[in-house]
Amino acid sequence: MTGAVEVVRLRDAVVVANGFPLLSGVDLSLGAGSLCVVTGANGAGKTSLLRLLAGLVSLTSGSATVAGIDLANGDLRQLRRRVGWLGHEGSFYDDLSVQENLTFAARALERPVRDIGPALERVGLEHRTDTTTKQLSAGQRRRLGLAWLLIRRPELWLLDEPYASLDDSGREFFDDLLVDVVASGASVVVSAHDQLRSAALTPRTIVLAGGRVIGDDR
Amino acid sequence: MIRTALLVAAKDLRIELRSRVLLWQVVPFGVMALLLSGLALGPTHAGHSSAGPGLFYLVMLFVALLMINRSQSLESRPGTKASIATLGLDPAGIFLGKSLALALELWVTGVVLLAGAVLVLHTALAGALTALPSIAIGLAAMACAGTLYGALSTGGDGAATLLPVLALPAFAPLLIAGERSFSAALHGGALWEWWVILVVALVAYLAVGVLLYGVLEES
Repeated sequence: MTGAVEVVRLRDAVVVANGFPLLSGVDLSLGAGSLCVVTGANGAGKTSLLRLLAGLVSLTSGSATVAGIDLANGDLRQLRRRVGWLGHEGSFYDDLSVQENLTFAARALERPVRDIGPALERVGLEHRTDTTTKQLSAGQRRRLGLAWLLIRRPELWLLDEPYASLDDSGREFFDDLLVDVVASGASVVVSAHDQLRSAALTPRTIVLAGGRVIGDDR
Repeated sequence: MIRTALLVAAKDLRIELRSRVLLWQVVPFGVMALLLSGLALGPTHAGHSSAGPGLFYLVMLFVALLMINRSQSLESRPGTKASIATLGLDPAGIFLGKSLALALELWVTGVVLLAGAVLVLHTALAGALTALPSIAIGLAAMACAGTLYGALSTGGDGAATLLPVLALPAFAPLLIAGERSFSAALHGGALWEWWVILVVALVAYLAVGVLLYGVLEES
């Protein structure tokens, strides 16, 4: 990574949880407007890496800076407001409607509620505003998660297995969205089992195994 | 902090209105528990027993434990927890908001069960009305302590069992002071002393929650 502002900088980053090493000596630099795909087998450390970048797990040793904030000593709450996280477990209050979930997020982040309509249109959920989240299909929930991130407009998008539960049109839509996000100057880190398929996307690919980086096509 | 508190409280109450767990599960459970308590005392003794206030608070304790678990379970799903964490909300505001929503739910349930106590346990209506302020303060303190201990016990194995064990030392003075002030309202005696204890407990749990909720969430 040269010439661009560094959004992510990890040096010998180690994460240990309950005595179990999740990440071991990870080095990674990402610039603004970059797209990075993290691949690897189940348990390789993909989700742990994304959670570290989101400030959701503690750094055990090494150094890590995300969006200019030191993960060891910085204000993690401030960091979390600046990154967007889309986990694979679902992200919402099941008993609230699509509109209510997004309104809660928008108000929490002090974003205008009027941004919700365009975001829902962008992800194709504009006709589901009053549907409770638990009534949505898995793919629709994923789209709702993307609408959430569109309202947030984070500097760094952290997407954990975003292709899970998406059909072909959903994957195509998602790739198009990533092109726009990267073009806007935001950085994206995606964990996936497969390579991205879009011809318009040329991501950097990092391969993890046992919590270590074993491949980087930089 | 206040803005976050109102946001979180409105969200929790909206979820409650939508799911109707309070209406269809918690309140019926409380009414049944009160009814069974009256039957356990026996039909001839229920109206004359001094156990009414104690039974009322015991049932409220069971109801509160159910509602605290419910309140914490809203946030404890792994995906929800991570996503809400990335909103970067003020932990003190979250604590106040969840406590406020829980207190409102406990107050509604408390009014229903107080009416139940008048009907089933033949508790004197005038005495029950006199006891209302102390009940409101006691339940608010219970909501604050419950939110704090709920955050401590949630996510671990056996959270439903852990919560009453952990919260017992916090709830015990509330139950004693609440029962004593309720009894004083019914049968005469010192009221203010118990009210002061309840207010002090409420302020203490509020202060501890505002200071420590963020630490508990992070851990």
